[in-house]
Amino acid sequence: MERLLREHTLKSEPENVFDILEERRRGSDISHALRTFSAQPYRGATPLSVSALNRMVQESQYLRYVISEIAVESGEPHECVKEEAVSILEEMSQNLQLSFIRLMGFALTKVFKRLFSSIRVNEDGLARLQQAIQEHPVILMPNHRSYIDFLVLSYIMFTYDLSIPVIAAGIPLMGMSLIGEILRRSGAFFIRRAIGSDKLYWAVLSEYVRTIVRTGFAPLEFYVEGLRSRTLKSLKPKLGMMQMVLEPFFKGEVYDITLVPISISYDRVLEESLLAHELLGVPKPRETTRGLLKARRVLEENYGCMHVYFGKPVSVRELAKGRIHRGQYNLIPRDLLLKLSVELQEFVSDVAHLLVQLQERDLVLSPWTLMALILLQNPDGVEWNTFTHKTLRLRTLAAQLGARIDWPAQLLDSEVMLSSMALHHSVAHFENGHVRLVEEAGPGPVTQEEAVFRRASAVLMCASYRNQALHVFTRPALVAVAMTSAPSYSKDDVFSRFCFLQDLLANEFIFMPGHAAQDFEEGCSGLLRCGALSICDHGLRVIEEEQDTIVFLSAVLKPFIETYQIVFRVLCEETFQTFTEKRFVPDVRAAIMKLFLSGEVRSYECLSSDTQKNALSALVRMGAVSKSRVAEQFEYRVNHSAVRRIWDTLDGSVTSKVPLYSRL
Amino acid sequence: MASNTDVSERQRSAQQRLRIIAGHLQKREENEHTALSAQECKAETSKSNAAKVPKRRQEVMKWNGWGYSDSRFFFNKKGQAEFTGKRYRLSGLILPSLKDWFEGTFGANLQHKTPATASLNVSAVPPPNLNEVFVEELKAAGVALSTDPEDRVFRSHGHCLHEIFALREGRIGRIPDLVVWPSCHDDVVKIVELACKHSVCLIPYGGGTSVSSALECPPEETRSIVSVDTSQMNRILWIDEKNLTAHVEAGIIGQDLERQLNESGYCTGHEPDSMEFSSLGGWVATRASGMKKNIYGNIEDLVVHIKMVTPRGVIEKSCQGPRMSTGPDIHHFIMGSEGTLGVVTEVTMKIRPVPEYQKYGSIVFPNFQQGVACLREVAKQRCAPASIRLMDNEQFQFGHALKPQVSSIFTSFLDGLKKFYITKFKGFDPHHLCVATLLFEGDREKVLQHEKQVYDIAAKFGGLAAGEDNGQRGYMLTFVIAYLRDLGMDYYVIGESFETSVPWDRVLDLCRNVKERIVRECKERGVQFPPLSTCRVTQTYDAGACVYFYFAFNYRGLSDPIHVYEQVEHAAREEILANAGSLSHHHGVGKLRKEWMRETVSSVGLGMLKSVKDYLDPNNIFGNRNLL
Repeated sequence: MERLLREHTLKSEPENVFDILEERRRGSDISHALRTFSAQPYRGATPLSVSALNRMVQESQYLRYVISEIAVESGEPHECVKEEAVSILEEMSQNLQLSFIRLMGFALTKVFKRLFSSIRVNEDGLARLQQAIQEHPVILMPNHRSYIDFLVLSYIMFTYDLSIPVIAAGIPLMGMSLIGEILRRSGAFFIRRAIGSDKLYWAVLSEYVRTIVRTGFAPLEFYVEGLRSRTLKSLKPKLGMMQMVLEPFFKGEVYDITLVPISISYDRVLEESLLAHELLGVPKPRETTRGLLKARRVLEENYGCMHVYFGKPVSVRELAKGRIHRGQYNLIPRDLLLKLSVELQEFVSDVAHLLVQLQERDLVLSPWTLMALILLQNPDGVEWNTFTHKTLRLRTLAAQLGARIDWPAQLLDSEVMLSSMALHHSVAHFENGHVRLVEEAGPGPVTQEEAVFRRASAVLMCASYRNQALHVFTRPALVAVAMTSAPSYSKDDVFSRFCFLQDLLANEFIFMPGHAAQDFEEGCSGLLRCGALSICDHGLRVIEEEQDTIVFLSAVLKPFIETYQIVFRVLCEETFQTFTEKRFVPDVRAAIMKLFLSGEVRSYECLSSDTQKNALSALVRMGAVSKSRVAEQFEYRVNHSAVRRIWDTLDGSVTSKVPLYSRL
Repeated sequence: MASNTDVSERQRSAQQRLRIIAGHLQKREENEHTALSAQECKAETSKSNAAKVPKRRQEVMKWNGWGYSDSRFFFNKKGQAEFTGKRYRLSGLILPSLKDWFEGTFGANLQHKTPATASLNVSAVPPPNLNEVFVEELKAAGVALSTDPEDRVFRSHGHCLHEIFALREGRIGRIPDLVVWPSCHDDVVKIVELACKHSVCLIPYGGGTSVSSALECPPEETRSIVSVDTSQMNRILWIDEKNLTAHVEAGIIGQDLERQLNESGYCTGHEPDSMEFSSLGGWVATRASGMKKNIYGNIEDLVVHIKMVTPRGVIEKSCQGPRMSTGPDIHHFIMGSEGTLGVVTEVTMKIRPVPEYQKYGSIVFPNFQQGVACLREVAKQRCAPASIRLMDNEQFQFGHALKPQVSSIFTSFLDGLKKFYITKFKGFDPHHLCVATLLFEGDREKVLQHEKQVYDIAAKFGGLAAGEDNGQRGYMLTFVIAYLRDLGMDYYVIGESFETSVPWDRVLDLCRNVKERIVRECKERGVQFPPLSTCRVTQTYDAGACVYFYFAFNYRGLSDPIHVYEQVEHAAREEILANAGSLSHHHGVGKLRKEWMRETVSSVGLGMLKSVKDYLDPNNIFGNRNLL
């Protein structure tokens, strides 16, 4: 896996990028929708109709075992359990029909043309995908940043004569009248949220997914992050679906499985203000068809360019080589309801993390993501020339660290930046040579609190764009922070500090578990590459002239570390001895708001509920907060002294406790 | 050797009976054509009646290839394949479609030849490292022996690809220093005693058909290596018609055993694909399996009594009870011991009356999955015919390429019609369809009834009866495949077969994954043209099946084809094991698959086997180093 990631950092040959909307603007939409579609399917596929697929799932030995097991456990009659399974399957199953893909194709062309100036796709990636589809079952693994990317892959694959995928979707989408059915016929199958311990549901779903993979019914598309990221930052991968997808390989039911990381990014995200509001505690509107119609307003704006980057296909067999013992099902029937061995679970987790990292690395960044980063570091606005200068320096730094930046070469840099500004007029504006964040205009006078919220909403909107670029800097920045706060520059000290920080921020950024040493190496080599660091005799040394790179990189992580510190501080208050999961966000928000009003806190990013929750998870993971189930909900119990210890360590007033974090 | 007296006593009585039987047999032999009208039991048998294997095998058999010297494939001047000799059904026939199949499948070209060294270069053979005292005492005991280079080279190998490839190039490695031909059990006892006394290494040699490197002489062996050729111990000592058993010397080869038993109206029914050349002792030593095991059983089911000479003494049981509860069955230490413990000298085997009626058959399935499902159902209903095999599409096409020239326009018209019916009318895709071949045996009426039962099951899985001819040709393939490999080797094509056994639910996955693995490994290792990677399900059991793979490729452009071949075969075996397949169903372990023994039988299991070896042969006299 390291090899894959390393290769990935080294290679950056430019790919042939193509705007698929250009042709649509020239040709007829209807003839595109009605074009002859002739995809080369997977050559090992068993041709199956939708109903045959469902029957196969229903009649599977696995489900039979599970059903009789549940019948015995619950005392319900066998037939009832079976019927329930059938109804779960009915609720879940897709009903892919080419005619609906055509219909969707037609509608999406209209929508896309209106919203985006272009949809840029790397054609080389599509060529690789076409090859991969014929050889093995293919799993498409895009990131999820906007509702709009739900069908975009199907649309692209239809346009390029590639087998239309079936897509794992959240059940709320199904609830939308009409739309749910259209999505179902476009290949979506629906998964309930929070399946938890519903054994039957879990069984039906996993058998359904496995059958699709095993038979090569169609490429399977799913979001390994599980949800749409509200922060536009990658989410920690969910492992359930990943496991279901990989199981046919573990059991030898397929020769190999190809995973294709797909990175979708937007110059401007449709839901930008919605996202910020959600983070500040304004609940997201329920997915309804009416809601969707109301959202037509967003169609009137320009959203610039959408980038879809099809990454290099990853062979699961290659990943598993020498790592997993494939003979582990030799002595038991493969249809039994069994937990995966620890070895396989770790593999599943690593693969999921790997794919998220690959998604991150292939993400095409717009100039705006870099500009947003600069803007956030200058909360009171910045003078245009400084802004340009800093952004361009950042561009160089990001490129050195391996970022894929879509910076039009044929335009002047200032033109590029100006057009980005224009596109993002809702976030920032340019006046009298000064650039500053836009604050939502509201009616009438506002309370102090409302003012904070408005300001925070602007900051978080801007932050979400910055977040798209964060992965580029994470590891070098962690090294930078570790260096500034470690007791010495010796490699061991910096590394143990690095480990502490990484452990703390493990919910914030995507790190493969157990790979701290590699991450550290990567961070160091990133710093070496941009000339900010030299390594001599087990010690790290900052190059004087590049001191500000270290400072800059440390500042990238500052908003997160600050938020953690404040959350720790709040949790150390007496009122937070025990609390329920539900109360956590509003109570912490209120507490932080108080600190804001008293002027003790100035960083608006502290109000992001996402970061607050991550801080809590970190404490739970590190054993300073215990989580237990009490009457239908989770209750947290804070160990104040443990929290304080971690807080102190973070502050750097106490050097990292060696036995706790040293992994060297 | 406490039982020595019993043995000789029994032997005397046996010999007496044998004389009577022999007289009986001779009488029949005179009017052979009329006396026994029973159909011949095997698919293909040598027509020549020149029984027995000569000491100088190289006079009738190839020294660097498979089988009889007079039988081989070649491409004639018109580029058509022909099979020489008179021994086989294919002998003297022209096979018009073989060339196209050969060139198309392997990307081979008749212009690019890789001929073998014509004859053995005797000067390249290392001089024998003899233990003079041993040789003298052996001579004094009257045991036939030879140090002739040709004799020694012939017994230095089995039929693994790398062994034959080296011989064709004239490369000779470590070979036996001496060949001895015991003519009876007592001779073997003598040989083993002397070997222990003088510390020489013994390697038993039966038919020489090993495909597991079992006959390879360990290069690190410093003692004198003596090949114990059992071919002269080839008599049927007695036939017990009351219990239906025969007591046979272990050096007899399959076809002689069957023919001689047939003459008195019996057969063993044990017909491994190598039965023309492989020996009874070899079957016991490798746990052989026969094509018709569904009726007659595998070697472990057929054997009633075994006598083996070990350095520790002679091992045998005291009675011939059909089943015993007397601790672990000592036969199971012997069966599969692969020559590491001693020499099997005499075996009592079950025999059966020659069946009244025999009928081939075949079924076409739309695809391999359906075929496997059908075989599974047949096994479930326990109604498998004597033999039932399912060939995949590639093998079906291979079989087709061996169709001899059709004599009449009418036959070819009929063939065309059949093809039309299956592919157009029934809609079978010629690139997916596959064929099961069947062999029924028994009373005429029962055979016909049985046949209907099987065809009815097949129909449920979309199978269509496809005639006797296709069936018979399928079985022929297994007898000529080794001859075909020699033809391939004349044109840059090398190949081999290997097998496994696997539970029913893994059959399809194993077949697909192993075939795919072979194709990918070849590609990764620079093989220019896609290999032939094909399989058949060749035996059915209650709980699983035996799967047989053929794998061959064109090695033009490779600097070390054998190494590539071995790497791919190794990978294929890894794949088999990862897919719940066994290390071997009937070929054995030898030295080729030794590395996987520990994971196959566990460390404790391996320790058990080692302790048996240590007890029986502490000085490793039987030093072929197989298995452990």
